[in-house]
Amino acid sequence: MHNYEVTFIVDPVLSGDEIKATEKTYSNLLKDEGCNIVHLDEMGLKQLTYPINKRSSGIYYCIEFNGTPAGATIPKMELAFRRDERIMRFLTIKLDKYGIKYNDDKRNGLIGKSKKAKKADEKEKVAAKVAPVKAAPAAAKAEAPKAEATAEDLTKIEGIGPKIADALNKGGVTTFAGLAGMDAQAVRDILDKAESNFAAHDPATWPQQADLAANGKWDELKTLQDELDGGKVVSSEEE
Amino acid sequence: MASREEIKFLSNPNIGKSNKKYCRFRKYGIKHIDYKDPDFLLQFINEQGKILPRRITGNSLKYQKKVAVAIKRARHLALLPYVTDLLK
Repeated sequence: MHNYEVTFIVDPVLSGDEIKATEKTYSNLLKDEGCNIVHLDEMGLKQLTYPINKRSSGIYYCIEFNGTPAGATIPKMELAFRRDERIMRFLTIKLDKYGIKYNDDKRNGLIGKSKKAKKADEKEKVAAKVAPVKAAPAAAKAEAPKAEATAEDLTKIEGIGPKIADALNKGGVTTFAGLAGMDAQAVRDILDKAESNFAAHDPATWPQQADLAANGKWDELKTLQDELDGGKVVSSEEE
Repeated sequence: MASREEIKFLSNPNIGKSNKKYCRFRKYGIKHIDYKDPDFLLQFINEQGKILPRRITGNSLKYQKKVAVAIKRARHLALLPYVTDLLK
C-alpha cells in the first residue's frame, strides 16, 4: 500500500461549476477504483510562469490518495487526463514516508505558517505591552472603515465604474455577496432601469468576480481580471 | 586604549575568514522537499532559473539530488520557469 499524490491544472476559462465537475470526475474515478482519498487540496487559481495552451493562469488541484491496486489505477487515470481537454497539466508522484509525514504536518499547520504565525504573535505581544489601552480603540477604528470599504466599493470589479456602482446601489445591490447571488440577466435589468445608458456594458462576469471578492480572494480576482478584457470574457475561438 | 570595535581598518578584516558552508537539510532535519512550494525552491536557482550547483548552495549530495527533482517537477507544473531572466 503506497500513498500517491496527483497534481493537475484545470483550464481557468471554464465556469465554476465545470471546474468543480472536472475535479469530481477524477476523485470519483479514484474512489471507483477502490482508492482511499486522503486529502483533496484546492490550491486555487495561480499565475503560470510560462503559458500553456495559450493560457496564462490555471486552477490547481492536488489529490493525495492510497490504494493497493494502484498499478492498474494510475495508468487509467493518466490516460483519462491526457484525453481530457479541460486538463492542462498533471503530475503523479509516489510519496515516501517523509512525504506522507510532510503532507500530514502541512495539513495540521505545522509547516509553512510557523514563521509567519510566530512573527504575528510577537507583534501582538509587543503592541499589547507598549500600549494596552491605546491599541484597542485604534484597532476598532481601523476595522470600521475597512468593513465599509469592502461592503460598498463595487468598482473593484472590472467593468463596473463609479456610475454603474451608483446605479447598482440604487437597484438594491450594495455588497459583493449580494451581487454574487444574482445572475447576469438580473444585473442587466437593473442597468436598463437606470437613467444613464449602460447598454455597452456586459455584466456576464460580474457575479463571478463578486463571488471571489465576497470571499476575500483578492489574488484570484486579480488573476481573473488579467484574463478579462474590460469585464468581458475574451473568447478563445476568435483567436 | 581603543577597543577593537573602534579601530578603523584600512581593509576589511573579515576578508579571508570563510564561513563554512553547510547542508541546511541535514542541519535542520528537513526530510521532504515540496515541489509545490516555489518560494522555497527559489533559493536553489539563479536569476535565469537554472539550478545552482552544490559548490554554491552547500547541499549534501543526497539532498542536492532531491532539490533538483523538486525543481524539475515544479517546472513541469509551471510553478517555476524553465528559462527566464530577472527572476529575483
